[in-house]
Order: sequence, then structure tokens, then C-alpha cells
Amino acid sequence: MGEAIIQFLDTWSPIDIVLIAQNFDRFLLGAWITLKLTGLSLIIGGIISIPLAIIRAGNNPFLNAPVWAFTYLFRGTPLLVQTYLIYYGLGQFEWIRETALWQPVLSQAWYCALIAFSLNTAAYTTELLRGSIITTSKGEIEAAKACGFSNSMRLRRIVLPSAFRRALPAYSNEVIFMLHGSVVASTITIQDLLGVGRWLNGRYYLAYEGFITAAVLYLIIVLLISKGFRIWEKHWLAHLYPQDAVKVKPKKGLASFRV
Amino acid sequence: MKFRKIFTSLSLALLVLGMGSVQAADLRVGVEGAYPPFSWKESDGTLKGFDIEIAEAICAELKRNCVLIEQDWDGMIPALLAKKFDTIIASMSITEERKKRVDFSDKYYNTPAKFVAKKGSGLEISKSGLAGKRIGLQRGTTHQCYMEKMFPDVELVLYGTQDEVFQDLAIGRIDAQFSDSIAADDGFLKTDAGKDFEFVGGDQHDEACHGPGAGMAVRKSDTQLRDDLNKAIKAIRANGTYQKINAKYFDFDIFGG
Repeated sequence: MGEAIIQFLDTWSPIDIVLIAQNFDRFLLGAWITLKLTGLSLIIGGIISIPLAIIRAGNNPFLNAPVWAFTYLFRGTPLLVQTYLIYYGLGQFEWIRETALWQPVLSQAWYCALIAFSLNTAAYTTELLRGSIITTSKGEIEAAKACGFSNSMRLRRIVLPSAFRRALPAYSNEVIFMLHGSVVASTITIQDLLGVGRWLNGRYYLAYEGFITAAVLYLIIVLLISKGFRIWEKHWLAHLYPQDAVKVKPKKGLASFRV
Repeated sequence: MKFRKIFTSLSLALLVLGMGSVQAADLRVGVEGAYPPFSWKESDGTLKGFDIEIAEAICAELKRNCVLIEQDWDGMIPALLAKKFDTIIASMSITEERKKRVDFSDKYYNTPAKFVAKKGSGLEISKSGLAGKRIGLQRGTTHQCYMEKMFPDVELVLYGTQDEVFQDLAIGRIDAQFSDSIAADDGFLKTDAGKDFEFVGGDQHDEACHGPGAGMAVRKSDTQLRDDLNKAIKAIRANGTYQKINAKYFDFDIFGG
């Protein structure tokens, strides 16, 4: 029976399912590397972006200008170019290869990708948070002032928590973009999810199998991310939804007439 | 009804246009452009190299107009199957695995594969000597097949182009690289970046992985084109065109035995 199924798939399937199944453990390993790279970049980039966003939302021109330049540079150039410049570009300079940073960090494709991705997502997240901070409702700030909150206390207790919450839906897009952007890692020899797909295609001279398998796994990851954010948004943004919508769930079908 | 009329006349027009392009009989050749000395791109964008000149000689022999189409290496066979071009002349080795998907002409050259490492690296080419070493190579080549078959314990580092392999070898990101010996000699060892590097170990060959040499790939249904290419290869070997091109790039006959 098993033989017959394999025979059938071998002869009739438009894609080589048996080959994919045989190498599926490699794909899972690739998915893990993709997740690790994306996750770490988002964490590092997120941490960098918070102080930068506060500076961008403030009105100190001496601090604002360099941060603006940073976000403009990283949002204005493709991630592929940034990654290539760090991986292939920096390696061309002898003095960089002689620094202590070369052997443990810059000579490794993994760290080059992590640096490029972290800075890239930091730039996007900075602008996203800045938008969220400057649109904090005036009433909340005035109330905090009236209660005698100091500047930093107001920032910590009122502005930032509110800004983080309101940035959440847009940030879920950034997470998904970063996941998709992480395929750039495969161009600098990292065997991420797409890297494994390209390895399979290259090893067996195939056109689709590696890409299709990778694509399906990316879809699954994105589904999990957006589900996760939906739950998160429901929890943290509950106060912004119309009260009725939270209490009464709209029912489906005929039952809805009874509402 | 009106729409149907328009649609019919449009598709007729397209058909006529399509027939027109068939009569011009361009030979669309897939080439790579990042594999010196077989193919590379000059700074003004023109393609140069042994493969390019062979392609042009073949077209001249077949009295067809050559249209060179650049394609990244790992998408070469898929692009041929998708009819983006009619044949691949890009130093593609004839192998059993590739023959499952495409047909090949007879070989038009055959050169051995070799390892390259830093001078005095003391790298020993054996299962135990290479275990755990980082060996760079171009993804989707016969060399990937060879390394995974003969040296399963090495850490393979896969690149999109051979140029990138040389770059990373030069700055020490990989312990050695494995490729065609001519490509390594002319593309790297004879250049300034490769002056501290050398061949390590002898010729590496596995019939199942490397096959009889480089051929021109065509779609399986294109037996006519395959036969034409075979005749053209014989013709340029016989009339001295091949030898003239050969002499421009190499000081020995790379056609092989």
C-alpha cells in the first residue's frame, strides 16, 4: 500500500512530494532559523527603537536630526542592499578584518544578517512609535499634568503604554514584513527557510518544489503571527472598541434576528 | 457578439505576430555572466567569455540570430523549461540528474574539478581531513552533488554565484572552495585577490555527479535543436573556429579526451 502511494505520487504528482517529505526535517530546521533570526531582530530592533522614537517625537533638533537621518537611511534603501553592504562590503576593508570585531561577529553571515535586520526594523519601528506617541490624545496628557505627573512619569505611565497599544495593529504588519524580509539571509549563505528551498532546488535541479514548500511554511507562520496579534489586540485595545461590541458577540445565521 | 468578434480578430492578430517571430528564427541562448573565464559581464554590460563566443559561433554555424539572455544559475533549467530561451550554453555539466529534466547536446568541453585553499593551509583532502571544515561552492552545481556524496561531514556554504564564493574565500570566511579548476584558476588564482591561494589535492571526479563534461541543454521535446547543436559543435571543431576561441582563453585544449 505504502509502495503504491509512493509509486502514484512519483508518476502523477506535478511536484515531487516524496523528495519534499524526505527532506522535510531540513525545512523545519530552516523554519527555526528563520524564526530565530526574525525574532531576535525584532527584539533588538524594538529595544533600540523606543528611545529613538521618544527623541523623534520630541523637539530637540540636535538629537532629532541624526535619528531622522538613521531612519531615513534604513527606510530609504532596500534590506538586500543593507545586508550586502554589511556582509560583502565591510569584508573588503582590511582594517575592519583586523579589528577584534571581525572574527567573532562580522565574519559570520548570521551576525551580519542580525545586524542588518535589527537596524532595519529599528528604523521602521521608530517611525511607527513616533506616530503613535504624537497622536496621544491631549486629554490624557492634560489629565496627567493636572495630577502633577512629572515629564518622565507622564511618559512612562501615560504616553508610552497608550502609544504601544495603539501601535499594535501596525506593528503586526512590521513583524510580517520582517519575516518576509528575512529571506534576504539566504543570499548570504544562511540556510533559513528559503535557503533550504533553494538548496533543494539546487541539489535536484528543480523549479518549484523548494519554493512551494517554503511558501507553505511561511503561510503557516504568518497565520500564527496574525492570530497571535488578534488575541493580543483584543486584550490590550479592549478599551478602544465600542463597549457593546465587546460584551455582545454578533451571532451568525438566523440567531442574529434575536439580538 | 461584438466582443466575440473583437476577441477573434485580436487572437488572429496575435497568432500572425507569433508566426512572424518564429520565421525570424532567433536562437535564444541562456547564459550566466558571472563565471569567468567562461562568461562575465564587462562594466558596460556586454557579455564576454568562452561560453559567449562558443554560443555565437554555434549560432553563426546554424545561420540563426543569437539572442543572449542572462539568467541566474540556480534558475537556469526552470527558465529553459518555461521557454524563456531555447538552449543553455553556460558550462552546464551533463549529468544523469539533469537529464531527467532536460536533454543535452554532446559535450563541448570537459575540465576537472578541484579544491582551492590558502597557501600552506595544510588542508588534507579526505573524509577526515575535511570533516567540519567550511567549504564554499555554488548552489545547484555538480560540485554540490559531489561534496554531499563524497564528503557528507563538511559544512557546505552555498552561494548564488561563483564570484561570491571567491570573495568570501579571499577574506577567509570559508576554509576552501570547490569548483571547476579552470574557473578557479582564471577567475581567482590568476587575479590579485587570489595570489595567496592554491589548488589543494588532485582532480576530483565522480561520473554520476560530474558526468562527461559541459553540454548545451535543450528541452526534451526539442530533438531537432539538439541534433542541430551536435552538428554545429562538430563543425566548429572541424573548421578551426573552436580552436581559435579556445586559444584566446586557454593555453591547452579544454575539449578534453
